[in-house]
Amino acid sequence: MITNNSIHLRADLLAIANLTKPGEKVLDLGCGDGTLLRYLIDARQIVGRGVELSEPDVLACVGKGLSVRQGNLDEGLRDYPDQSFDTVILSQTLPYLDNPSFIICEMLRVGRRALVSFANWGHWRCRLELLFTGRVPLAPGLPQAWHESPRARPLTVRDFADLCARERIKVAREIYLGESYRALRASGWANNLRATIAIFEVG
Amino acid sequence: MENSNSLGVVERKYFAFAQDAPMRLDSGETLGPITLAYETYGRLNAERDNAILIVHALSGDAHAAGLTPDGKLGWWDDCIGPGKAFDTNKYFVICSNVIGGCQGSTGPGSINLQTGKPYALGFPVLTIADMVRAQRHLIDHLGVEKLLAVVGGSMGGMQVLQWTVSYPDRVLAALPLATTARHSPMLIAFSEVGRQAIYADPNWRNGDYYDNGARPNTGLALARMIGHITYLSEESMHQKFGRRLEAREHFGYDFSTDFAIEGYLHYKGNRFTERFDANSYLYITKSMDYFDLANGNGSLTKAFEKCAALMYLVVSFTSDWLYPTYHSKEMVSALTAIGADVTYCNLQSTWGHDAFLLEVETMTRLISDFLDRVVSHHGIQLP
Repeated sequence: MITNNSIHLRADLLAIANLTKPGEKVLDLGCGDGTLLRYLIDARQIVGRGVELSEPDVLACVGKGLSVRQGNLDEGLRDYPDQSFDTVILSQTLPYLDNPSFIICEMLRVGRRALVSFANWGHWRCRLELLFTGRVPLAPGLPQAWHESPRARPLTVRDFADLCARERIKVAREIYLGESYRALRASGWANNLRATIAIFEVG
Repeated sequence: MENSNSLGVVERKYFAFAQDAPMRLDSGETLGPITLAYETYGRLNAERDNAILIVHALSGDAHAAGLTPDGKLGWWDDCIGPGKAFDTNKYFVICSNVIGGCQGSTGPGSINLQTGKPYALGFPVLTIADMVRAQRHLIDHLGVEKLLAVVGGSMGGMQVLQWTVSYPDRVLAALPLATTARHSPMLIAFSEVGRQAIYADPNWRNGDYYDNGARPNTGLALARMIGHITYLSEESMHQKFGRRLEAREHFGYDFSTDFAIEGYLHYKGNRFTERFDANSYLYITKSMDYFDLANGNGSLTKAFEKCAALMYLVVSFTSDWLYPTYHSKEMVSALTAIGADVTYCNLQSTWGHDAFLLEVETMTRLISDFLDRVVSHHGIQLP
């Protein structure tokens, strides 16, 4: 945990927060209990909206004084006019989407840019785990096994970069966090080995 | 009944207007003079910006909270009072009976000054927008320029939506609960069956029964029984009644009341005739059937065009098959498209349409958190 303005924010969320600019209009997809949005409103004076599927999380968001819509991301995004947000955030939700490339494109229709963070199954521990144990590895920070819900599709830093290239999505910035959420210096091919969490700014 | 978070005995007040110039209605007809029965709870602050208007559903009335002098509890007392969702220590809460109603406000049972007799079917057919227009006169009278919020479920929710479309400059926040922006064919079908039940009662006499000793109570009770089925869900009927028998151990093998659910419907139907006028039931259900915000505006998005600055809390319930979730989603979509600040919750509940009155704990939390945000967003000084 890193302390900033007396609010404890997980390092990957803080990295996202640091990429937002004061006063921006921000849409957080899969905003959970609203911790990030609340922080962004308090620390960066953004105007925030959230979309979240789970009822307890939606109630928690309303309890934090946030404007949030209950629903899945397809529903959540469809209604927003083109370019109605500065930044659209997808934090740690990517592997759970039914149609990730569609959502990423929608994020860039609705927002000027998108910030996407995800756990990296390409981390060296995951690779060794598959190699030596013969079992599908758990992603860093994601505790569910393959048979548990919600269903997750494993992806790596390279997979996401490939998707961006295929969809002609411009990657403006990449941030990599290593073990214990320590920031890594970007270093080409090694990012996919060393990063536990990656944050891409695209669009 | 009385406890620390009860309002105690409350007073019903009356506001008369449109004496000189009658109010124009959507139908092209006019109505006047008009009386609105209303109640208020809490205190209007110095800035006059802490007022919340509660609008009632089909069978509701102005008595939303507290006790009448003869001890009857308000229909939403669970949520209105000191420390409750609509905290009367903070807010000035107003609730009025709709026009067309029969509980103090001008309706088909009121005396038509031109004839000296009850209007009966001579009463003009109303729309939800007409009801809202009348409420606006009351709000003017109370000296409230901007309502902090307008709140209601079911038909109340329709009035809430209509308020924001008709008077977007007079409302800061809107809470349409378990409702729709457009009465669906299925809802119209249920309305019509209810009305047919009343027409079929020989005591109805084309609405002209006020001077007659007998009232069309059988028809009205039947209409109410149909209504009550639609307010429940299959699951809540299982939970509440199951296949339990009514005050007997064995089947009667006759056509008396065998099952608890039958007894419940009979009871609800009969109780309803003690407080409700059959003609009001006709007029109010008709106004709901006419309700379609998109109609006349081109689309729902167009209807909400001037509402972008408002804050909405839209709530639907998973087991509400009368106003299914997608009705709420439609309005949320339109509100999102125009850029309004809309919070939407589809709450898990087994109670069917009635859930908006029964899920007190969750609703209290949602409503009070949402209102806190409205208050802080607009910098309102609460008493």
